[in-house]
Amino acid sequence: MLPAKVSQALTEPACEHNHHHGDKKNRSCSQQAKPGTAQGGCAFDGASITLVPITDAAHLVHGPIACAGNSWGSRGSLSSGSHLFQTGFSTDLSEQDIIMGGEKRLYQSIKAIAQDYQPAAIFVYCTCVPALTGEDVVAVCQSAKQKLGLPVIPVMAPGFVGSKNLGNRLAGEALLDYAIGTGEPPALGRFVINLIGEYNIAGEMWNVVQVLERLGIQVLAKMTGDARYAEITYAHHAHLNLVICSKALLNVARKMEERYGIPFVECSFYGISDLNQCLRQIAQHFQDPELSAKVEALIAEETQKLDHALAGYRAKLAGKKVVLYTGGVKSWSVISAAQDLGIQVVATSTRKSTAEDKAKIKELLGTEGITIEGGGAKELLAVIQRTGADLLIAGGRNQYTALKARIPFLDINQERHKGYAGYEGMVTLAQELTHALYSPIWAQIRQPAPWEVDHE
Amino acid sequence: MSKAIASRKPLAINPLKLSQPLGAALAFLGIKGAIPLFHGSQGCTAFAKVLLVRHYREAIPLATTALTEVSAILGGEENIQQSIKVLVEQSQAQLIGLCSTALSEARGEDVAGMLRTCEFLVPVVYANTPDFCGSLSDGYSRAVEAIVRTMPQEGALQTRQVTLLVGSDLTPGEVADLKQLVQSFHLTPIAIPDLSTAMDGHLADEYPGVSTGGVTVAELQLAGRSAFVLAVGDSMRSPAKIWQERFQVPYSFLPSLTGLEASDRLIQCLMEWSGCAVPAPYPWQRRQLLDAMLDSHFYLGGKRIALALEPDLLCGISRFLVSMGAEIQVAVSPTRSPQLEGIPCEQILIGDLQDLETHARGADLLITNSRGSSIAKSLGIPLLRLGFPIFDRLGNGLRSYVGYRGTTQLLFDLGNLILEAETP
Repeated sequence: MLPAKVSQALTEPACEHNHHHGDKKNRSCSQQAKPGTAQGGCAFDGASITLVPITDAAHLVHGPIACAGNSWGSRGSLSSGSHLFQTGFSTDLSEQDIIMGGEKRLYQSIKAIAQDYQPAAIFVYCTCVPALTGEDVVAVCQSAKQKLGLPVIPVMAPGFVGSKNLGNRLAGEALLDYAIGTGEPPALGRFVINLIGEYNIAGEMWNVVQVLERLGIQVLAKMTGDARYAEITYAHHAHLNLVICSKALLNVARKMEERYGIPFVECSFYGISDLNQCLRQIAQHFQDPELSAKVEALIAEETQKLDHALAGYRAKLAGKKVVLYTGGVKSWSVISAAQDLGIQVVATSTRKSTAEDKAKIKELLGTEGITIEGGGAKELLAVIQRTGADLLIAGGRNQYTALKARIPFLDINQERHKGYAGYEGMVTLAQELTHALYSPIWAQIRQPAPWEVDHE
Repeated sequence: MSKAIASRKPLAINPLKLSQPLGAALAFLGIKGAIPLFHGSQGCTAFAKVLLVRHYREAIPLATTALTEVSAILGGEENIQQSIKVLVEQSQAQLIGLCSTALSEARGEDVAGMLRTCEFLVPVVYANTPDFCGSLSDGYSRAVEAIVRTMPQEGALQTRQVTLLVGSDLTPGEVADLKQLVQSFHLTPIAIPDLSTAMDGHLADEYPGVSTGGVTVAELQLAGRSAFVLAVGDSMRSPAKIWQERFQVPYSFLPSLTGLEASDRLIQCLMEWSGCAVPAPYPWQRRQLLDAMLDSHFYLGGKRIALALEPDLLCGISRFLVSMGAEIQVAVSPTRSPQLEGIPCEQILIGDLQDLETHARGADLLITNSRGSSIAKSLGIPLLRLGFPIFDRLGNGLRSYVGYRGTTQLLFDLGNLILEAETP
């Protein structure tokens, strides 16, 4: 079952990587990590990113300690309700378990969690070692589900099957196979949507949900930022799926269209123009004049408010050059947010971007923009130097690459503490960029030491 | 004294345990120009890297052999060869610290055998560190054992040279203090590993992609000539024994460097080795410590303290707290270790942070890593962050709680936490 799911996820038809390019062979997402130079996370990491934000579920990692012990409690998703998702559960397999098989321990662990924590569901992540020894994790989950009477969902994304991105998709498959379509929704409004691929990092999703609610748009299910398990189960009753900043969960959107006839649109919540466009796309889908009018009124109001709030920052940020080093959709969605502030993005990474992402990047950056294909700190620093960039926007792992080179830095990935999505997020983004660029420390740090000054 | 009891749960909840390769990586980072290489899937490296980056707030060089499903089954020899080649050519690595993982060990791959048949341009030191046994300090010891077994060379004895085998519980700042103390006795220390100039947090001139500080490969080789060997922390006993067998130099052992007695023993040892009188600052620092003990004993006496730490640190800090009149309500260790039985304590548990939470009710103070902060909050008990990882405090590289000066600082930090909690 595992290989079939993996190859299916790798050849996801909605993903641009898998479209035919003339005579060329399909470039599937199965690019293998290079020994010695690979930097990213594994499929298990990706699956956790996608599913762990479900707040009232227990997330049990079946494997030796490294997978959970080194990772639990470090995700930046926020919850408005249960905090169960932040508890780290691991079967902590010992040598004995690996020799004798860990299935019994897995079952006992699921049972203990069900009894002591009463979770809405238990997600069981199969990691490399039980996958290698051929444990039947799916069967254990199935039997636990029957005996314990709660959803026990196997997530078959062991690290060695591939990248973080593949793990996102495999997690999406788990939702499609076990959760979506199993529940009944509360009362539905006229405009009902799901958010797919939004993880509520630092609470930034709330900025957007609040805007949607003002427009009378009902957000039925969030996948998976600040989600309750129940909302995923009835997500199939929505009228429209919004795929946010993530090609990674396109498989979920496409299959929901196939199975339940729910169309989807792709959009970004970063930047004024992109968010405006996103709201207009929703209005256009529903073809409701009243909603369209409301959207236009809201955009006019928010744009005016923002112009006022951002004026001071724009004056300081105009003409500043930044290098963007991140993955997928963020490689272009953040460009437009930066441009809204008058910042010039001189280079961006395209290592995890699709052909469509790349086309958008080209459109946004113009002919002079540099695209960074390869990973690695050294290449990144070389690009920053060549372009004379003032600041690096990247994930936390590259924070010290920039700071050690005495370059201002802004964190954009999942461990950050600030939310940049929505209209409110733009102000936060402008504030953070201004603080980073205009900190008085830069001048001091670049000063030579007294003994390095040439006395002539 | 009581027996260590293992938790009866079938699973770990809020694990305290960290993986062995993570500990081994930490040890290898204390060698200048080295890069740790995990023989596992890329996630093994990525998770460890994120934790190290967040704790030390440093760019951490850490590589992966990137095992896939296929190479995990068929064997990853080619992945190892290719990784080493890339790291030597592109990052100019001067030493590779190769660490096995649960994935490579579950298949039973004979990495050591493979390495014997290969030639590399730089030393490749291999540590057996499957994730399915031990914790951070065990992996760290395995790496130090591997370093000690292969790197130091025999040669004419250097009568004033001291090899320091420092355990994973010592911060870079503590290693720096220890080295400075040894130097002040006109002895030349070589710390193995030496995190004091690697993970201390310093701004280098360029970004090299390998460890920017630490003991050099040349110094490691010369270390075999040391006339004296000091092992700090119980987990350094096994490397010290290997040393003794290889070089016939007896070693001295100190379980911890925190507290008056432990600091006195260290000074005494250095006086004997060097034949020097105690250098100027230390008698004065000792007087400062005595004064700090007087000032703080009001706040620590009779206080009930709950701890969850790796074994060496757990034992050292517990003994120190008891020496100040505090009581250990519960001591939680992620793994078994013979020294645990020596903790003067009502309850010693092999367990996780959930066990700490269950048994810490009513305590006056918690001591564990940052992951205990939500327990501290929910129980309303002040927390001293110690161990690894600490990601909600700055300065983890330079903090020092060893020697007279460091112990004084620890007393102030402990006393201030309790003072704040007791102030109406």
